[in-house]
Amino acid sequence: MNAALLIDFGSTYTKLSAVDLDDARLIGRSQAFTTASTDISIGLQKALDQLHIKIGAIDFKVRLACSSAAGGLSMVASGLVPGLTSKAAKLAAFGAGAKVIKTYAYQLTLEDIEEIGRINPDILLLSGGIDGGNSEVIIHNAGMLAGASGSFPVVIAGNRSAQSECEAVLRQSNHPVYTAPNVMPEMNVLNIEPVTKVIREIFLKRIVLAKGLNKASALLDNILMPTPSAVLSALTLLSKGIGKQQGLGDLIAVDLGGATTDVYSIAKGDPVNPSTVLRGLPEPLVKRTVEGDLGMRYNAQGIFEAIGGDVLCDLSGLSKETVSGVLKRYREDPAALPASPEEKKADQALASAAISLAMTRHAGRLERVFTPIGPVYEQTGKDLTQTERLIVTGGALIYADDLDRIVENALKLPDAMSLVPRSVKTVRDKEYLLSAMGLLSSYAPEVSFSLMKAYFGKDDMYAAD
Amino acid sequence: MRNKIVLGVIGADVHAVGNQILNYAFTDAGFHVVNLGVMVSQEEFIEAAIESDADAILVSSLYGHGELDCQGLREKCDEAGLKDILLYVGGNIVVGKQPFEEVEKRFKAMGFDRVFGPGTPPEVDIAALKEDLNWPKE
Repeated sequence: MNAALLIDFGSTYTKLSAVDLDDARLIGRSQAFTTASTDISIGLQKALDQLHIKIGAIDFKVRLACSSAAGGLSMVASGLVPGLTSKAAKLAAFGAGAKVIKTYAYQLTLEDIEEIGRINPDILLLSGGIDGGNSEVIIHNAGMLAGASGSFPVVIAGNRSAQSECEAVLRQSNHPVYTAPNVMPEMNVLNIEPVTKVIREIFLKRIVLAKGLNKASALLDNILMPTPSAVLSALTLLSKGIGKQQGLGDLIAVDLGGATTDVYSIAKGDPVNPSTVLRGLPEPLVKRTVEGDLGMRYNAQGIFEAIGGDVLCDLSGLSKETVSGVLKRYREDPAALPASPEEKKADQALASAAISLAMTRHAGRLERVFTPIGPVYEQTGKDLTQTERLIVTGGALIYADDLDRIVENALKLPDAMSLVPRSVKTVRDKEYLLSAMGLLSSYAPEVSFSLMKAYFGKDDMYAAD
Repeated sequence: MRNKIVLGVIGADVHAVGNQILNYAFTDAGFHVVNLGVMVSQEEFIEAAIESDADAILVSSLYGHGELDCQGLREKCDEAGLKDILLYVGGNIVVGKQPFEEVEKRFKAMGFDRVFGPGTPPEVDIAALKEDLNWPKE
């Protein structure tokens, strides 16, 4: 049997999946606590032992891993105009699977440089100016960054006319320099694919080493990418299909965690109504956003602040006092599981609110503009109203009771001008299949696709009957 | 050579044909055109000019509300650090039929460097821009 071992080093659990490559079949799964703070191979070995008990000794043909352990991949992005190259840089960093700690625009100040030194990101992405456009700001910023403390690598992906000068300045500093094509080569044209590749290479070559994740290298072939990047690869493959096998089309995924909420969409999101005018930066087909203020435990307070206490009370049917009591307990003990019926209700309300907020921020918006020929609608961002398939992943949701109601409530909250999905079929990623299949997609895409299609496309098979 | 321009139709104006003609004519004349199309806000003109390091912003308007839409553009350019950027405006830029000299005066007072009335052929604005940007005489 030809088999592959797929490893996902999470911040809490190290999750293993074994796949039979000949039959496109999941043979077994296991998990153990991640041991990134001591030696990551200890946890991995434990999980391997468990897998061994379940499925016996298998000589794996390939052993691939992704990781969000040891803080994942943290990045800082810098650009020129907030809605243009700064946003493009941020989208690129998200697309590479990073957590974007902060995004800067215009000239970096001394205070900014101090702050970046304190953040000490894994990678800094420097952009600014379309090709042939403004070079003054990016060159200034390169000069400022050369003086930043730490030795984080800098990826230059801005105005190509300024690239060599930025490179020369940064070569004189402690910061290793990488270059990539401009994230926005022309006005309102995004080009984030090449820079995400460079970021992934740096992750492979440097970050894995810097975080001590290479200690596990005897047990696996390579840590290929940050986990969100694997999830993106999986979703893209599932949406597009491979060869003659048709994919599932547009889809959206939500990963609701204890500290953050990630939203992924694989959809063009063009205006549904042909007379709607599309405004602003066009968005990538494969888009990921991360909400750092929305999470079920560490950031439950963030959900409360963003949605408002009244909405949480409405959703849960609980009193204000009860809601604040539950929030207080979660603040004091982020590992808490809902113990009482009230806490269960509060959890469901928090989940609905977080999904709603994160999707609203991810999706586009309509705005009505009055013109002499009548009202005209302007769309910024993606129209996801027609997207019908939602995949939920991440611990907080995959075991949730009444998930359909949580999602239904979430989609009711945004106003009519928000272009979030209107009604969805929800599938849970109970087996943490997405990250595993994202890894496998780089090695055996057909196997990865048919496994995912069988798992996430079940409804379609019934529909075909 | 200074040849970078930002082009667009300002405000809630959706007239796209003239915009396409200007885009074609200026590109053909050797300009690097960042065309923002129709329904462009002042902020979008300014942001595009910053990113592209533009030498001039060319504002079109056909629906008669141009005067309201253009107010404050020069001040915002100053605020955004676009010092001395050339501002052109042209089209059917005011309500009704008004003497062009008065219209021109009002728009110049708003900070526009050149003002063009309805029906101006593209060659005229192109020649003016080449002159203002000190292109060598052909």
